[in-house]
Amino acid sequence: MAARSTTIIEARGVVMSFGQTPALRGASLAVRQGEIVAVMGPSGSGKSTLLHCLAGILTPDEGEVWFAGQRLDTMSEAKRSEVRRDKFGFVFQSGQLVPELTAEENVALPLLLGGTRRAAALAEARAWFGRLGLDGLGRRRSGELSGGQAQRVALARGMVNGPQVLFADEPTGALDSMSGEMVMSLMTRAAREQGSTVILVTHDARVAAYADREVIVRDGTVGSLTGAAPPSGAAR
Amino acid sequence: MSVPLTLLGLLEREPSHGYDLKRDYDTWFGRGKPLPYGQVYATLSRLARDGKAIAGPAEHGEGPDRKRYAITEAGIADVERWLSEPAPPEPHLQTVLFAKVVLALMLDRPADHYLDAQRAAHLHRMRELTALKERGDLMDTLLADHGLYHLEADLRWIDHTAARLDLLAQAVHQ
Repeated sequence: MAARSTTIIEARGVVMSFGQTPALRGASLAVRQGEIVAVMGPSGSGKSTLLHCLAGILTPDEGEVWFAGQRLDTMSEAKRSEVRRDKFGFVFQSGQLVPELTAEENVALPLLLGGTRRAAALAEARAWFGRLGLDGLGRRRSGELSGGQAQRVALARGMVNGPQVLFADEPTGALDSMSGEMVMSLMTRAAREQGSTVILVTHDARVAAYADREVIVRDGTVGSLTGAAPPSGAAR
Repeated sequence: MSVPLTLLGLLEREPSHGYDLKRDYDTWFGRGKPLPYGQVYATLSRLARDGKAIAGPAEHGEGPDRKRYAITEAGIADVERWLSEPAPPEPHLQTVLFAKVVLALMLDRPADHYLDAQRAAHLHRMRELTALKERGDLMDTLLADHGLYHLEADLRWIDHTAARLDLLAQAVHQ
Protein backbone atom coordinates (compact mmCIF):
# COMPACT_ATOMS: atom_id res chain seq x y z
CA MET A 1 0.00 0.00 0.00
CA ALA A 2 1.39 3.35 -1.03
CA ALA A 3 1.67 6.22 1.42
CA ARG A 4 -1.47 8.31 1.51
CA SER A 5 0.08 11.61 2.44
CA THR A 6 0.54 12.92 -1.09
CA THR A 7 -2.11 14.24 -3.41
CA ILE A 8 -2.04 12.20 -6.60
CA ILE A 9 -4.82 13.91 -8.54
CA GLU A 10 -6.58 17.22 -8.13
CA ALA A 11 -9.14 19.47 -9.74
CA ARG A 12 -8.77 23.18 -8.92
CA GLY A 13 -11.69 25.47 -9.67
CA VAL A 14 -12.80 23.50 -12.71
CA VAL A 15 -15.47 25.13 -14.87
CA MET A 16 -17.07 23.18 -17.70
CA SER A 17 -20.11 23.87 -19.84
CA PHE A 18 -21.84 21.99 -22.60
CA GLY A 19 -23.06 24.71 -24.91
CA GLN A 20 -25.04 27.09 -22.74
CA THR A 21 -25.49 24.51 -20.00
CA PRO A 22 -23.00 24.75 -17.14
CA ALA A 23 -21.98 21.37 -15.69
CA LEU A 24 -19.18 22.41 -13.32
CA ARG A 25 -18.94 25.86 -11.73
CA GLY A 26 -15.59 25.87 -9.97
CA ALA A 27 -15.27 22.30 -8.75
CA SER A 28 -12.25 21.45 -6.60
CA LEU A 29 -11.24 18.03 -5.34
CA ALA A 30 -7.89 16.68 -4.13
CA VAL A 31 -7.42 12.93 -3.77
CA ARG A 32 -4.50 11.29 -2.03
CA GLN A 33 -2.45 8.35 -3.25
CA GLY A 34 -4.20 5.08 -2.40
CA GLU A 35 -7.41 6.78 -1.32
CA ILE A 36 -10.84 5.56 -2.41
CA VAL A 37 -13.21 8.50 -2.82
CA ALA A 38 -16.88 8.26 -3.69
CA VAL A 39 -18.27 11.18 -5.69
CA MET A 40 -21.99 11.37 -5.01
CA GLY A 41 -24.72 13.74 -6.05
CA PRO A 42 -28.08 13.91 -7.74
CA SER A 43 -28.52 13.28 -11.46
CA GLY A 44 -27.22 16.18 -13.50
CA SER A 45 -25.12 17.57 -10.65
CA GLY A 46 -21.91 17.27 -12.67
CA LYS A 47 -20.29 14.29 -10.96
CA SER A 48 -19.57 12.34 -14.16
CA THR A 49 -18.28 15.50 -15.84
CA LEU A 50 -15.90 15.99 -12.92
CA LEU A 51 -14.67 12.41 -13.31
CA HIS A 52 -14.12 12.92 -17.04
CA CYS A 53 -12.17 16.14 -16.40
CA LEU A 54 -10.01 14.45 -13.75
CA ALA A 55 -9.36 11.55 -16.14
CA GLY A 56 -8.29 13.85 -18.96
CA ILE A 57 -11.18 12.75 -21.17
CA LEU A 58 -12.70 16.24 -21.13
CA THR A 59 -10.73 19.49 -21.08
CA PRO A 60 -12.24 22.06 -18.71
CA ASP A 61 -13.11 25.57 -19.90
CA GLU A 62 -11.43 27.04 -16.83
CA GLY A 63 -9.45 25.76 -13.87
CA GLU A 64 -6.69 23.22 -13.59
CA VAL A 65 -6.34 19.45 -13.36
CA TRP A 66 -3.18 18.04 -11.84
CA PHE A 67 -1.96 14.45 -11.88
CA ALA A 68 1.25 13.37 -10.12
CA GLY A 69 2.58 16.90 -10.10
CA GLN A 70 1.81 17.62 -13.76
CA ARG A 71 -0.91 19.74 -15.38
CA LEU A 72 -3.13 17.26 -17.17
CA ASP A 73 -5.46 19.78 -18.79
CA THR A 74 -2.70 21.58 -20.68
CA MET A 75 -0.93 18.44 -21.94
CA SER A 76 -1.02 17.60 -25.61
CA GLU A 77 -3.75 15.13 -26.55
CA ALA A 78 -1.08 12.54 -27.41
CA LYS A 79 0.55 12.87 -24.00
CA ARG A 80 -2.81 12.74 -22.22
CA SER A 81 -3.71 9.57 -24.13
CA GLU A 82 -0.47 8.07 -22.94
CA VAL A 83 -1.25 8.96 -19.32
CA ARG A 84 -4.76 7.52 -19.65
CA ARG A 85 -3.39 4.30 -21.13
CA ASP A 86 -0.43 3.80 -18.77
CA LYS A 87 -1.45 5.44 -15.51
CA PHE A 88 -5.24 5.27 -15.39
CA GLY A 89 -7.79 2.48 -15.42
CA PHE A 90 -11.48 2.81 -16.22
CA VAL A 91 -14.63 0.92 -15.32
CA PHE A 92 -17.93 2.16 -16.69
CA GLN A 93 -21.52 1.25 -15.92
CA SER A 94 -22.05 -1.07 -18.86
CA GLY A 95 -18.60 -2.67 -18.97
CA GLN A 96 -18.10 -1.64 -22.58
CA LEU A 97 -16.21 -4.78 -23.50
CA VAL A 98 -15.18 -5.19 -27.13
CA PRO A 99 -17.67 -7.81 -28.32
CA GLU A 100 -15.38 -9.28 -31.00
CA LEU A 101 -12.67 -10.10 -28.45
CA THR A 102 -12.62 -12.88 -25.86
CA ALA A 103 -12.79 -11.93 -22.20
CA GLU A 104 -9.05 -12.45 -21.72
CA GLU A 105 -8.25 -10.41 -24.84
CA ASN A 106 -10.41 -7.62 -23.44
CA VAL A 107 -8.48 -7.70 -20.19
CA ALA A 108 -5.15 -7.77 -22.04
CA LEU A 109 -6.13 -4.82 -24.24
CA PRO A 110 -4.50 -2.02 -22.19
CA LEU A 111 -1.27 -3.99 -22.08
CA LEU A 112 -1.36 -4.73 -25.82
CA LEU A 113 -2.01 -1.06 -26.59
CA GLY A 114 0.93 -0.20 -24.33
CA GLY A 115 3.27 -2.41 -26.36
CA THR A 116 3.38 -5.57 -24.21
CA ARG A 117 3.86 -8.68 -26.31
CA ARG A 118 0.69 -10.70 -26.87
CA ALA A 119 1.75 -13.84 -24.97
CA ALA A 120 2.90 -11.84 -21.95
CA ALA A 121 -0.20 -9.62 -22.01
CA LEU A 122 -2.53 -12.62 -22.13
CA ALA A 123 -0.62 -14.37 -19.34
CA GLU A 124 -0.98 -11.29 -17.17
CA ALA A 125 -4.65 -10.99 -18.07
CA ARG A 126 -5.30 -14.63 -17.16
CA ALA A 127 -3.88 -14.09 -13.68
CA TRP A 128 -6.81 -11.75 -12.99
CA PHE A 129 -9.44 -14.35 -13.84
CA GLY A 130 -8.77 -16.47 -10.77
CA ARG A 131 -8.45 -13.41 -8.62
CA LEU A 132 -11.90 -12.15 -9.60
CA GLY A 133 -13.70 -15.51 -9.55
CA LEU A 134 -13.77 -15.79 -13.34
CA ASP A 135 -11.95 -19.11 -13.76
CA GLY A 136 -12.83 -20.84 -17.02
CA LEU A 137 -14.43 -17.79 -18.63
CA GLY A 138 -11.39 -16.37 -20.41
CA ARG A 139 -12.33 -17.63 -23.86
CA ARG A 140 -15.90 -16.38 -23.75
CA ARG A 141 -17.07 -13.29 -25.54
CA SER A 142 -19.03 -10.58 -23.79
CA GLY A 143 -22.36 -11.88 -25.08
CA GLU A 144 -21.69 -15.16 -23.30
CA LEU A 145 -21.14 -13.54 -19.90
CA SER A 146 -23.67 -12.49 -17.26
CA GLY A 147 -23.80 -8.82 -16.33
CA GLY A 148 -21.83 -9.44 -13.15
CA GLN A 149 -19.21 -11.52 -14.95
CA ALA A 150 -18.83 -8.91 -17.70
CA GLN A 151 -18.36 -6.18 -15.10
CA ARG A 152 -15.68 -8.20 -13.33
CA VAL A 153 -13.93 -8.65 -16.69
CA ALA A 154 -14.17 -4.86 -17.13
CA LEU A 155 -12.70 -4.43 -13.65
CA ALA A 156 -9.81 -6.75 -14.54
CA ARG A 157 -9.24 -4.67 -17.69
CA GLY A 158 -9.23 -1.52 -15.60
CA MET A 159 -6.72 -2.93 -13.11
CA VAL A 160 -4.43 -5.03 -15.34
CA ASN A 161 -1.89 -2.29 -15.96
CA GLY A 162 -1.58 -1.47 -12.26
CA PRO A 163 -3.12 1.99 -12.63
CA GLN A 164 -2.23 4.78 -10.27
CA VAL A 165 -5.83 5.94 -10.50
CA LEU A 166 -8.87 3.84 -11.28
CA PHE A 167 -11.90 5.82 -12.47
CA ALA A 168 -15.19 4.03 -11.91
CA ASP A 169 -18.39 5.64 -13.20
CA GLU A 170 -21.47 3.94 -11.70
CA PRO A 171 -19.69 0.57 -11.92
CA THR A 172 -22.61 -1.32 -10.40
CA GLY A 173 -25.41 0.70 -11.96
CA ALA A 174 -26.51 -2.10 -14.28
CA LEU A 175 -26.13 -4.95 -11.77
CA ASP A 176 -28.37 -6.55 -9.18
CA SER A 177 -27.37 -5.84 -5.59
CA MET A 178 -25.52 -9.14 -4.99
CA SER A 179 -23.45 -8.82 -8.17
CA GLY A 180 -22.86 -5.16 -7.41
CA GLU A 181 -21.54 -5.97 -3.96
CA MET A 182 -19.20 -8.57 -5.38
CA VAL A 183 -17.81 -6.08 -7.92
CA MET A 184 -17.34 -3.41 -5.24
CA SER A 185 -15.69 -5.79 -2.80
CA LEU A 186 -13.29 -7.07 -5.47
CA MET A 187 -12.59 -3.58 -6.77
CA THR A 188 -11.73 -2.08 -3.42
CA ARG A 189 -9.65 -5.07 -2.34
CA ALA A 190 -7.68 -5.09 -5.59
CA ALA A 191 -7.15 -1.33 -5.42
CA ARG A 192 -5.93 -1.49 -1.83
CA GLU A 193 -3.58 -4.37 -2.64
CA GLN A 194 -2.10 -2.45 -5.56
CA GLY A 195 -2.15 0.90 -3.80
CA SER A 196 -4.31 2.33 -6.57
CA THR A 197 -6.36 5.43 -5.97
CA VAL A 198 -10.04 5.02 -6.87
CA ILE A 199 -12.43 7.78 -7.87
CA LEU A 200 -15.87 6.27 -7.79
CA VAL A 201 -18.91 8.08 -9.14
CA THR A 202 -22.12 6.70 -7.74
CA HIS A 203 -25.55 7.77 -6.62
CA ASP A 204 -25.85 4.61 -4.49
CA ALA A 205 -24.96 5.04 -0.81
CA ARG A 206 -24.32 1.32 -0.36
CA VAL A 207 -21.71 1.48 -3.12
CA ALA A 208 -20.22 4.68 -1.71
CA ALA A 209 -19.85 2.95 1.67
CA TYR A 210 -16.94 0.95 0.23
CA ALA A 211 -14.95 4.19 -0.12
CA ASP A 212 -12.73 5.86 2.47
CA ARG A 213 -14.72 9.08 2.19
CA GLU A 214 -17.47 10.68 0.17
CA VAL A 215 -17.82 14.04 -1.47
CA ILE A 216 -21.04 15.40 -2.87
CA VAL A 217 -21.40 17.38 -6.10
CA ARG A 218 -24.22 19.91 -6.09
CA ASP A 219 -24.86 22.42 -8.82
CA GLY A 220 -21.39 21.91 -10.24
CA THR A 221 -19.38 22.39 -7.06
CA VAL A 222 -17.90 19.86 -4.66
CA GLY A 223 -18.80 19.69 -0.99
CA SER A 224 -17.37 17.36 1.60
CA LEU A 225 -19.43 15.11 3.82
CA THR A 226 -16.44 13.94 5.79
CA GLY A 227 -15.62 15.39 9.15
CA ALA A 228 -19.11 15.46 10.62
CA ALA A 229 -18.87 13.01 13.48
CA PRO A 230 -21.93 10.83 13.80
CA PRO A 231 -23.94 11.66 16.90
CA SER A 232 -23.78 8.67 19.21
CA GLY A 233 -26.80 6.47 18.84
CA ALA A 234 -28.29 8.55 16.04
CA ALA A 235 -27.38 6.12 13.30
CA ARG A 236 -28.29 2.53 13.71
CA MET B 1 -34.42 -8.34 20.40
CA SER B 2 -36.50 -10.06 23.07
CA VAL B 3 -34.12 -11.91 25.37
CA PRO B 4 -36.83 -13.98 27.14
CA LEU B 5 -38.39 -15.19 23.90
CA THR B 6 -35.01 -15.88 22.33
CA LEU B 7 -33.96 -17.96 25.34
CA LEU B 8 -37.32 -19.76 25.19
CA GLY B 9 -36.69 -20.47 21.52
CA LEU B 10 -33.30 -21.94 22.36
CA LEU B 11 -34.92 -24.02 25.07
CA GLU B 12 -37.41 -25.42 22.56
CA ARG B 13 -34.51 -27.17 20.81
CA GLU B 14 -33.66 -29.17 23.93
CA PRO B 15 -33.62 -28.75 27.70
CA SER B 16 -30.50 -26.80 28.65
CA HIS B 17 -28.51 -25.34 31.51
CA GLY B 18 -28.20 -21.59 31.86
CA TYR B 19 -24.55 -21.81 30.90
CA ASP B 20 -25.37 -23.52 27.58
CA LEU B 21 -28.12 -21.01 26.84
CA LYS B 22 -25.79 -18.08 27.42
CA ARG B 23 -23.11 -19.64 25.21
CA ASP B 24 -25.56 -20.23 22.35
CA TYR B 25 -27.17 -16.82 22.76
CA ASP B 26 -23.78 -15.08 22.60
CA THR B 27 -22.75 -17.18 19.58
CA TRP B 28 -25.85 -16.53 17.52
CA PHE B 29 -27.33 -13.29 18.78
CA GLY B 30 -24.79 -11.53 21.00
CA ARG B 31 -22.54 -10.16 18.22
CA GLY B 32 -20.18 -8.33 20.52
CA LYS B 33 -22.74 -7.79 23.28
CA PRO B 34 -22.71 -10.93 25.44
CA LEU B 35 -25.61 -11.64 27.73
CA PRO B 36 -24.64 -11.24 31.42
CA TYR B 37 -25.03 -14.43 33.48
CA GLY B 38 -27.19 -12.54 35.92
CA GLN B 39 -29.66 -11.67 33.19
CA VAL B 40 -29.75 -15.28 31.97
CA TYR B 41 -30.64 -16.71 35.36
CA ALA B 42 -33.05 -13.90 36.25
CA THR B 43 -34.84 -14.43 32.93
CA LEU B 44 -35.00 -18.19 33.44
CA SER B 45 -36.46 -17.67 36.93
CA ARG B 46 -39.15 -15.39 35.54
CA LEU B 47 -39.95 -17.83 32.73
CA ALA B 48 -40.32 -20.61 35.32
CA ARG B 49 -42.48 -18.38 37.55
CA ASP B 50 -44.74 -17.57 34.58
CA GLY B 51 -45.11 -21.21 33.58
CA LYS B 52 -43.18 -20.87 30.31
CA ALA B 53 -40.35 -23.14 31.48
CA ILE B 54 -39.74 -25.57 34.29
CA ALA B 55 -36.53 -26.08 36.23
CA GLY B 56 -35.26 -29.58 36.91
CA PRO B 57 -33.69 -30.62 40.20
CA ALA B 58 -30.29 -29.21 41.17
CA GLU B 59 -27.51 -31.30 39.64
CA HIS B 60 -24.40 -31.78 41.72
CA GLY B 61 -21.08 -31.66 39.91
CA GLU B 62 -17.57 -30.31 40.28
CA GLY B 63 -18.72 -26.71 40.20
CA PRO B 64 -21.79 -25.07 41.73
CA ASP B 65 -25.10 -26.90 41.52
CA ARG B 66 -26.86 -26.47 38.17
CA LYS B 67 -30.44 -26.76 36.99
CA ARG B 68 -31.59 -27.90 33.60
CA TYR B 69 -34.53 -25.92 32.20
CA ALA B 70 -37.17 -27.26 29.81
CA ILE B 71 -39.82 -25.35 27.86
CA THR B 72 -43.51 -25.88 28.63
CA GLU B 73 -46.47 -26.03 26.22
CA ALA B 74 -47.27 -22.42 27.18
CA GLY B 75 -43.69 -21.44 26.36
CA ILE B 76 -43.86 -23.19 22.99
CA ALA B 77 -47.08 -21.31 22.24
CA ASP B 78 -45.36 -17.99 23.08
CA VAL B 79 -42.43 -18.77 20.79
CA GLU B 80 -44.75 -19.78 17.97
CA ARG B 81 -46.84 -16.61 18.36
CA TRP B 82 -43.72 -14.42 18.49
CA LEU B 83 -42.22 -15.97 15.37
CA SER B 84 -45.45 -15.64 13.41
CA GLU B 85 -45.97 -11.95 14.21
CA PRO B 86 -44.16 -9.37 12.10
CA ALA B 87 -41.86 -7.04 14.03
CA PRO B 88 -42.96 -3.39 14.26
CA PRO B 89 -41.65 -1.52 11.20
CA GLU B 90 -39.86 0.91 13.54
CA PRO B 91 -40.69 4.32 12.11
CA HIS B 92 -39.06 6.03 15.09
CA LEU B 93 -35.88 7.33 13.49
CA GLN B 94 -37.74 8.77 10.56
CA THR B 95 -40.09 10.48 13.00
CA VAL B 96 -37.12 12.13 14.68
CA LEU B 97 -35.66 13.18 11.34
CA PHE B 98 -38.99 14.56 10.23
CA ALA B 99 -39.53 16.46 13.48
CA LYS B 100 -36.07 18.02 13.32
CA VAL B 101 -36.50 19.16 9.72
CA VAL B 102 -39.93 20.63 10.31
CA LEU B 103 -38.85 22.38 13.50
CA ALA B 104 -35.72 23.75 11.85
CA LEU B 105 -37.86 25.23 9.07
CA MET B 106 -40.41 26.61 11.54
CA LEU B 107 -37.60 28.30 13.47
CA ASP B 108 -35.87 29.55 10.30
CA ARG B 109 -32.81 27.50 11.08
CA PRO B 110 -30.72 25.90 8.32
CA ALA B 111 -32.56 22.62 7.79
CA ASP B 112 -30.28 21.77 4.87
CA HIS B 113 -27.26 21.83 7.20
CA TYR B 114 -29.03 19.49 9.56
CA LEU B 115 -29.84 17.12 6.68
CA ASP B 116 -26.20 17.24 5.52
CA ALA B 117 -24.96 16.38 9.00
CA GLN B 118 -27.43 13.52 9.22
CA ARG B 119 -26.42 12.29 5.77
CA ALA B 120 -22.75 12.31 6.84
CA ALA B 121 -23.58 10.41 10.03
CA HIS B 122 -25.53 7.81 8.08
CA LEU B 123 -22.76 7.40 5.50
CA HIS B 124 -20.19 7.08 8.28
CA ARG B 125 -22.21 4.26 9.84
CA MET B 126 -22.68 2.62 6.44
CA ARG B 127 -18.90 2.61 5.96
CA GLU B 128 -18.47 0.92 9.34
CA LEU B 129 -21.06 -1.73 8.50
CA THR B 130 -19.53 -2.31 5.08
CA ALA B 131 -16.11 -2.79 6.68
CA LEU B 132 -17.71 -5.28 9.06
CA LYS B 133 -19.10 -7.18 6.09
CA GLU B 134 -15.71 -7.24 4.40
CA ARG B 135 -13.95 -8.84 7.35
CA GLY B 136 -16.79 -10.71 9.03
CA ASP B 137 -18.52 -14.04 8.58
CA LEU B 138 -21.94 -14.74 7.09
CA MET B 139 -23.74 -13.81 10.30
CA ASP B 140 -21.97 -10.45 10.43
CA THR B 141 -22.77 -9.89 6.76
CA LEU B 142 -26.48 -10.53 7.17
CA LEU B 143 -26.74 -8.36 10.27
CA ALA B 144 -24.75 -5.58 8.61
CA ASP B 145 -26.99 -5.83 5.53
CA HIS B 146 -30.04 -5.31 7.72
CA GLY B 147 -28.55 -2.12 9.09
CA LEU B 148 -27.34 -0.97 5.68
CA TYR B 149 -30.74 -1.32 4.03
CA HIS B 150 -32.41 0.63 6.83
CA LEU B 151 -29.82 3.39 6.63
CA GLU B 152 -30.17 3.47 2.87
CA ALA B 153 -33.92 3.97 3.22
CA ASP B 154 -33.33 6.88 5.59
CA LEU B 155 -30.80 8.37 3.18
CA ARG B 156 -33.29 8.24 0.34
CA TRP B 157 -35.77 10.04 2.54
CA ILE B 158 -33.10 12.63 3.41
CA ASP B 159 -32.34 13.18 -0.30
CA HIS B 160 -36.01 13.51 -1.20
CA THR B 161 -36.63 15.88 1.68
CA ALA B 162 -33.58 17.98 0.81
CA ALA B 163 -34.96 18.36 -2.71
CA ARG B 164 -38.31 19.54 -1.33
CA LEU B 165 -37.15 21.85 1.45
CA ASP B 166 -38.48 24.97 -0.26
CA LEU B 167 -41.97 23.48 -0.57
CA LEU B 168 -41.85 22.19 3.00
CA ALA B 169 -40.77 25.62 4.26
CA GLN B 170 -43.76 27.18 2.53
CA ALA B 171 -46.06 24.57 4.07
CA VAL B 172 -44.83 25.06 7.65
CA HIS B 173 -45.08 28.88 7.38
CA GLN B 174 -48.64 28.90 6.06
